[in-house]
Amino acid sequence: MDISFDKVSYTYQPNTPFEHRALDEVSFKINSGAYVAVIGHTGSGKSTLIQHLNGLLQPTSGEVKVGEYHLKANEKNKQLRNLREQVGVVFQYPEHQLFEETVAKDIAFGPQNFGVPQEEIHRRTREAVKATQIHEDLLERSPFDLSGGQMRRVAISGVLAMDPRVLVLDEPTAGLDPNGQKEIMQMFHRLHKDKQLTTILVTHSMEDALAYADHIVILNQGEVYMEGAPLEIFKQQQALEDVQLDVPEVIQFVTKVREQLGVELEYTGQSIAELAKELTRIVKGDRVYE
Amino acid sequence: MSNSMIIGQYIPGDSFVHRLDPRSKIAIIFFFVIIVFFANSVMSYGLLALFAIGSAATSRIPLTYIMKGLKPVWFLVIFTFLLHLIVTKQGEVLVSILGWEIYEEGLIQGAAISLRFFLLIMVTSLLTFTTTPIEITDAIEELLGPLKKVNFPVHELALMMSISLRFIPTLMQETEKISKAQASRGVDFRTGSFKDRVKAVIPLLVPLFVSAFKRAEELAMAMEARGYQGGEGRTKLRELHLGKSDVYLYIMFILLVIGLFLTRS
Ligand SMILES: Nc1ncnc2c1ncn2[C@@H]1O[C@H](COP(=O)(O)OP(=O)(O)OP(=O)(O)O)[C@@H](O)[C@H]1O
Ligand SMILES: [Mg+2]
Repeated sequence: MDISFDKVSYTYQPNTPFEHRALDEVSFKINSGAYVAVIGHTGSGKSTLIQHLNGLLQPTSGEVKVGEYHLKANEKNKQLRNLREQVGVVFQYPEHQLFEETVAKDIAFGPQNFGVPQEEIHRRTREAVKATQIHEDLLERSPFDLSGGQMRRVAISGVLAMDPRVLVLDEPTAGLDPNGQKEIMQMFHRLHKDKQLTTILVTHSMEDALAYADHIVILNQGEVYMEGAPLEIFKQQQALEDVQLDVPEVIQFVTKVREQLGVELEYTGQSIAELAKELTRIVKGDRVYE
Repeated sequence: MSNSMIIGQYIPGDSFVHRLDPRSKIAIIFFFVIIVFFANSVMSYGLLALFAIGSAATSRIPLTYIMKGLKPVWFLVIFTFLLHLIVTKQGEVLVSILGWEIYEEGLIQGAAISLRFFLLIMVTSLLTFTTTPIEITDAIEELLGPLKKVNFPVHELALMMSISLRFIPTLMQETEKISKAQASRGVDFRTGSFKDRVKAVIPLLVPLFVSAFKRAEELAMAMEARGYQGGEGRTKLRELHLGKSDVYLYIMFILLVIGLFLTRS
């Protein structure tokens, strides 16, 4: 689904001493099927932004369009239910939302609310736990007896079982072990491709943004600070540092090599192996035979 | 939900009222509550109102905000007024609406009682607007101090209070977060039959309780790990001090009391 933000502002607790403008005339477009990373310093408004995607928050001014659904200030949208079925949101620390007696019931909770028939729920549950690598034995256990990492996977399965067209991920791997982080991120990437989802990922990891996204939106103090293709964005190290953001390590490495050796080397998305090969060629000349 | 606020939530500031010793504020409010019931003439009510409005003004908290904070109790104030208006049957009949007679006394009593009510709520909410919950508990602990002599667990009570106060905002945030997560999974908290709505609360309450218990356990463990062992011999990080402004407050209040008894009819 195409998504667009048109001059969207959002103010928390308006007309009180605690008034806080968390989004300020934010505008951007996301094409259907894109994988977009939203990055920004803590408190820059990322979570506020994504809550507009399924109508949890309504703009204070401006308009949000998600496919055929429109969300405007001061106007009730009567199709929120349909919108929420299409847009799955994995929140920061989603394991806090678990509540059912068994893992299977918790995963089925979302689709049940949207009136999905029983067999279909069953099929989706199996598909979801397979994707998130939850062992089938766990399905009848209480979600509260699981480890933190397992709980996270169950919560994610619960969102996947809704079979959304748009997947919104708010730091889905925060606090997981490095291997688990990689597994989950790769799983989302696979789903994104296989199901042609539109994915919006909020992350503090520049590495993830570079590895998976094809478009990056950078927020700073509630405004869109920069926007563009990852390789273009990460060329602008100074501009990023101005808003306390880093450049991925690979790119830092390539830049350092280029500066210190004074050679032609550009990061264009090479893998580590490819980079190593290129470097060897530069250092040793063309005498290398693999 | 996201725009909700607690009645009388603390608003940081540096006004005269903010700087007062919390013990003075609590003591004065205590006595204010008592003297409000002695007012019986227009002038005496005027004096009380002047004191309340004067305090509100010196706190530099916008009047619109104070009024907004009182919104939930407006209903009660108006209800009290109407009740007196309808029920009291003394004095002259003022008007008669659809055969129902409104008496003079009813109007006077209704106005007096709802004004009292209003003044009380206003000064107490001023306390919470200008005093952090921690200051309030510290002050209560000090004021109740003498009760320790009769083995009343003052320190424990204060500790319980400050812990609950500390976790109210956390709990509110958590509630908001979880209800958003469940709303994203298709729970509808707003519409549907009564039964549906009760059912919608379960996915909200279970995670809340789970996390509250987990928090309590963690807190207990952290306190034990740092050697907490109750009130005996404990010193304070923030000492309370009476200052010049407190003296001004007491003088003002004594003047108010004198004025009140002079203007009583
Ligand atoms: N419920 C709320 N009430 C008042 N202010 C809020 C609320 N939620 C967020 N804010 C404020 O809005 C701003 C943006 O918050 P938001 O949660 O969108 O940041 P974020 O970019 O997601 O940060 P993080 O990376 O830490 O998750 C912050 O300054 C925050 O203090
Ligand atoms: Mg956030």
